[in-house]
Amino acid sequence: MPTYLDHNATTPTDPRVLEAMLPYLSGPYANPSSLHRYGRAARDAVEQARAQVAALAGADAGQVVFTSGGTEANNLAVHGVASGAPRGRLLYSAIEHPCIDEPMRALADAGWPVETIAVDRDARIDIDAYGRQLSEAPVRLVSCMVANNETGTVQDTARLAGMAQEAGVVFHADAVQAAGKLALSFQQWGLQLMTLSAHKIFGPKGAGALVVDRGLDLVPQLRGGGQERGLRAGTENVAGIVGFGEAAALAVAELETRRARWLALRTRLEDALGGLPGVRPLAVNAPRTPNTLQFTVPGIHSATLLGLLDQKGYAVSSGSACASGSDEASPVLLAMGLSNDEALCAIRVSLGLGNTEQEIDGFVATLKQLLASMGLAMPAVVGA
Amino acid sequence: MIYLDYAATTPLDPAVLEAMLPHLSGAHANPASDHGPGRRARLAVEQSRAQVARAIGAEVGEIIWTSGATESDNLAIKGALEFYGEAGGRAHIVTSRTEHKAVLDTCRYLETRGVRVTYLQPGPDGRVGAAQVMAALEPDTCLVTLMWVNNETGAINEVEALAPLLAERGILFHVDAAQAVGRVPIDLSQTPISLMSMSGHKAYGPKGIGALFVRRRPRARLAPQLHGGGHEQGMRSGTLATHQIVGIGAAFELAAERREPDSAHALRLRAALLQSIGSLDGVFRNGGDGACVPHILNLSFEGVDGESLRAGLPGLAVSSGSACSAATQEPSYVLRALGRSDALAGASLRFSYGRGTDETDTREAGAAVAAEVLRLRELSPIWD
Repeated sequence: MPTYLDHNATTPTDPRVLEAMLPYLSGPYANPSSLHRYGRAARDAVEQARAQVAALAGADAGQVVFTSGGTEANNLAVHGVASGAPRGRLLYSAIEHPCIDEPMRALADAGWPVETIAVDRDARIDIDAYGRQLSEAPVRLVSCMVANNETGTVQDTARLAGMAQEAGVVFHADAVQAAGKLALSFQQWGLQLMTLSAHKIFGPKGAGALVVDRGLDLVPQLRGGGQERGLRAGTENVAGIVGFGEAAALAVAELETRRARWLALRTRLEDALGGLPGVRPLAVNAPRTPNTLQFTVPGIHSATLLGLLDQKGYAVSSGSACASGSDEASPVLLAMGLSNDEALCAIRVSLGLGNTEQEIDGFVATLKQLLASMGLAMPAVVGA
Repeated sequence: MIYLDYAATTPLDPAVLEAMLPHLSGAHANPASDHGPGRRARLAVEQSRAQVARAIGAEVGEIIWTSGATESDNLAIKGALEFYGEAGGRAHIVTSRTEHKAVLDTCRYLETRGVRVTYLQPGPDGRVGAAQVMAALEPDTCLVTLMWVNNETGAINEVEALAPLLAERGILFHVDAAQAVGRVPIDLSQTPISLMSMSGHKAYGPKGIGALFVRRRPRARLAPQLHGGGHEQGMRSGTLATHQIVGIGAAFELAAERREPDSAHALRLRAALLQSIGSLDGVFRNGGDGACVPHILNLSFEGVDGESLRAGLPGLAVSSGSACSAATQEPSYVLRALGRSDALAGASLRFSYGRGTDETDTREAGAAVAAEVLRLRELSPIWD
């Protein structure tokens, strides 16, 4: 088995999550909309999961709308707000996931004024620039992720949302990469919308949620059936939702132990990488999710290095899995001010629950060997 | 409790669950990832795509994964109108009054955007004929959307006769086949449908997964509705839920293999059910006079109140119509469209059954229904 260090792309389903799902895959099969006993049992399971996911988000159960995943939730947030609002400016950070960037671009094509918010070299939002953008009315929506998928940079979401609130602007936070890695507070942060995904927190793929402030006028995008308070039609993916709920409950219960474990492993990794020539860790001056470390090795294209690491049994990534296979530099890294060359040479290590010190050491040793074979050896002591 | 609500959702076939489990335990990578585990996940996704394509006589490249038939319906109808309608000035849709809400609600939404929709009235047998559709076409008709098999009555529309007529006219034909897969023979290499919606959980596969067939030649084009990441040929973004996709692949392969034995079994179940209801008078079969699938039997009972009838059958998991409309408690709009009175439409039961049902189940169910109907009629002041 290869060593899997790509947990920001997707996580394995926790065996405890699978166990919670199994009864709904093999046992009481029913459509939660059905009124008979089987249907009500499925409904109860969905509602229990809703409460679990709400606890993860720091929200009320009544605010959780289940979707097929983070992409659908982000699309619903952007299009759902825009469809119900008079035309106005839409702001989003320059480091958002493609599933924010692309709906925003689609709206720009339809004539909406859309602007990105600049970030600094550590991927932190430029608060002054953001404040200026907010002050020019009318802004209909701000979307800023809580934590970035590539660098792990964590924003001061409470402050960003507070500024939006003062300006009377709807604020959406994509918390897909933050969930399970830091405590989320939908209500305390004053958010109107928050996106979550199950498969990034050791739950199943195909389940996600949009947390929605009840006072918000959100226009549904999937119609027909009236599920999820009319905000998202379609028969509920009961097993997936139950798995999401269990994963959320575990993430809440184990947050501190997971954080401590990840921080220790990442520190070990960072210390070891510090001794490798040509390796430059990214966003190290910003608060980051504890499981994520991205670095660049300028001069060595990440596709080459990833291929070699893959052959040696290490599954890592350059950044976003969704952009895999493309030869274009990460827009996130370019927005941080990296050169095209630096951005094309980025590697992301993202840790999960099962990773060990031995795996980290093995990864570092392998990387060191590969770099040496490419001529990036430790400087030799001349004349020794 | 006897489960006779297969049209709402089917149990997962044990063979399907077995195929899914490896992707919920060991193999978990993101199919979009470029490392070994990611490529293995992608291979599983593509094998499943081939299974689904084979089951319906399509090409592999014509299958787009979605979160379910509701999303497929929304994508097909909105995507087609957005692509052809707004740009090409073709702003008319022909559909029927007995479609699933996912189609009807989407059409109603499009009406608010200036699209004209003709809602055809089915015959008393619940079927919409090809000639009826052709007569409703207008010069700017963009799309005809019609279900293959009705979810409440089992009536089969004249999809195969209609498809070549529409193809000849260059009009897109979308078919909701959620209830048809595994119930009627489907061969899209012979039937020139443009777009077809499919669901996993109506065919012994998992909930939360569906597919949309999008014809390549002549190419049906759609404006994507979920943006971000460029998955599924850019037509539907979002991390692919490998286990769900593997599940629908296995389910569709089984559905094609077992269509004939499943249908023969359903015919026997239906006969046992009808026989046990026996000589009860004042029973009306809804939509069973023409071609219909044997897996659904919809009956109305004169002289009883529908809610009392269902309340008096606590041992039966049956429904009064579509699960998606269950919460509203209104008489089925499908049965109303067939010309049933409010009273008869309200006093209806939809029996739907399948692989896990045996003749004892349907015989017991029929006897229980007959006894309850007689009991309620005796209590009724107006029945004599």
